[in-house]
Amino acid sequence: MSTAAAPAIVGSAVPQPYRVVSRRVDTADTVTIELAHDAGPLPAFAPGQFAMLTAYGIGEVPISLSGLPDPGDDRARRLTHTLRAVGAVTRALHATAPGATIGVRGPFGTSWDVESAAGQDVVIVAGGIGLAPVRPVLHAVLAGRARYGNVVLLVGARTPADLLYPGELLRWAASGVQLGVTVDRPADGWSGHVGVVPALIPHARFDPAHSVAFVCGPEVMMRFTAQALIERGLPASRLRVSLERNMRCGVGWCGHCQLGPLLLCRDGPVVDYARAEPLMSIREL
Amino acid sequence: MTGGVVSRVAALRFFAALNPRQLDQLCEAGTPMSYQPGERIFAEGGDADRFWLIETGSVALDVRIPGRGDQVIETLGAGAVLGWSWLHPPYRWQFGASARERLETIAFDGAAVRNRCDADPAFGYAMLRLFTPVIVARLQATRLRLLDLYATSAQVGRP
Ligand SMILES: Cc1cc2nc3c(=O)[nH]c(=O)nc-3n(C[C@H](O)[C@H](O)[C@H](O)COP(=O)(O)OP(=O)(O)OC[C@H]3O[C@@H](n4cnc5c(N)ncnc54)[C@H](O)[C@@H]3O)c2cc1C
Ligand code: FES
Repeated sequence: MSTAAAPAIVGSAVPQPYRVVSRRVDTADTVTIELAHDAGPLPAFAPGQFAMLTAYGIGEVPISLSGLPDPGDDRARRLTHTLRAVGAVTRALHATAPGATIGVRGPFGTSWDVESAAGQDVVIVAGGIGLAPVRPVLHAVLAGRARYGNVVLLVGARTPADLLYPGELLRWAASGVQLGVTVDRPADGWSGHVGVVPALIPHARFDPAHSVAFVCGPEVMMRFTAQALIERGLPASRLRVSLERNMRCGVGWCGHCQLGPLLLCRDGPVVDYARAEPLMSIREL
Repeated sequence: MTGGVVSRVAALRFFAALNPRQLDQLCEAGTPMSYQPGERIFAEGGDADRFWLIETGSVALDVRIPGRGDQVIETLGAGAVLGWSWLHPPYRWQFGASARERLETIAFDGAAVRNRCDADPAFGYAMLRLFTPVIVARLQATRLRLLDLYATSAQVGRP
């Protein structure tokens, strides 16, 4: 038995205390929190990976990383998560104020592998809270902008008030990202698109033969988005989706997150569509 | 005149599957039309006597709800085709449409295109093959939105 393995086991099996250092309200039910470690930090997270966040006394849920750590300063190991209050645990996490402590395990799961898109056009399609897990992709691509071709970001939301990161969306557009935003239900004064996000795909400017797509949102939205991207000529093997199932252990022990042959905490959440598609259409899964 | 319309229509993908003769025949019924931002293109219940190929700009489809005014239900952008009620009786618009920004279009005379479809079944079939996917795609988009995918369980059914 090796003691060298102990920190990894602690990080993956025992929640580490992290302090909430900032809390930004994004929408009526969504906040972005930044977490700093009090003791030893967990290993670095890659875009696409998730943490198990514990609201002490209530429960633990998987939440993706929504920002990239800023390398080179003391914030390097801070974690950024955007979470939407939908049930008991996310409501408790949503309500945590700066200074509060929450438990963190991780990093878990597969990454978006942004690096593999170098030299290609990058197409990012997000629906609802799905913009949070792909936000680090954008950060990584913009940090190395010259290494990528066209960058397309297509975002769908329920209403204009539900749009995440509106200020950042404008900054990304100003820095050359081809931005398309659409809502299901417009409010008075909304002058943007109305309709579903796959409808934006035929008009986006990218070369399907030389692109990598990163898609995150409700599963049905991802299926229709994938179909529209494939119709444009993008191979399913260069299209990645982030899949969600209930999670418990996060490390492939308990089987809660099983999707056919995959354990999504270990083989996902990011899965290429060529692999995911047959599993997403099986009713029993 | 038709030559200009043909090249403008051919510059967009929508009618790419038509052969050159069919494209010429279609374009005989086409006229360039521009709209100012906010200008109404057609109103719900009006005569559906045309359809448009959008070259630049975008269009809002709307429905009038008493007490709430014209509610936008979908927007269409460059390259899309606007209107299919000209295809089927009673040839009335189910929704309204207005320009969201300055709009350049080619407008096609619905009755003339229908007559051509009746007279030349190959042309008619080609048109149907182009318009059916549009209708299917809009139906699918509507169904997707009915699912209210981004709502929490507490929000489902609420505006
Ligand atoms: C890999 C992974 C990454 C995730 N990343 C994020 C993230 O970055 N931000 C974020 O806000 N959420 C994220 N989630 C979803 C989050 O884990 C769930 O919302 C959370 O587990 C719900 O727990 P709860 O106790 O608050 O609610 P529960 O009591 O478990 O559920 C309350 C209600 O919400 C519904 N619900 C539960 N989970 C989801 C879901 N995933 N989507 C929609 N409805 C749901 C339930 O059906 C129920 O109606 C992620 C999930 C996974 C698997
Ligand atoms: S959550 Fe336990 S195996 Fe994946």
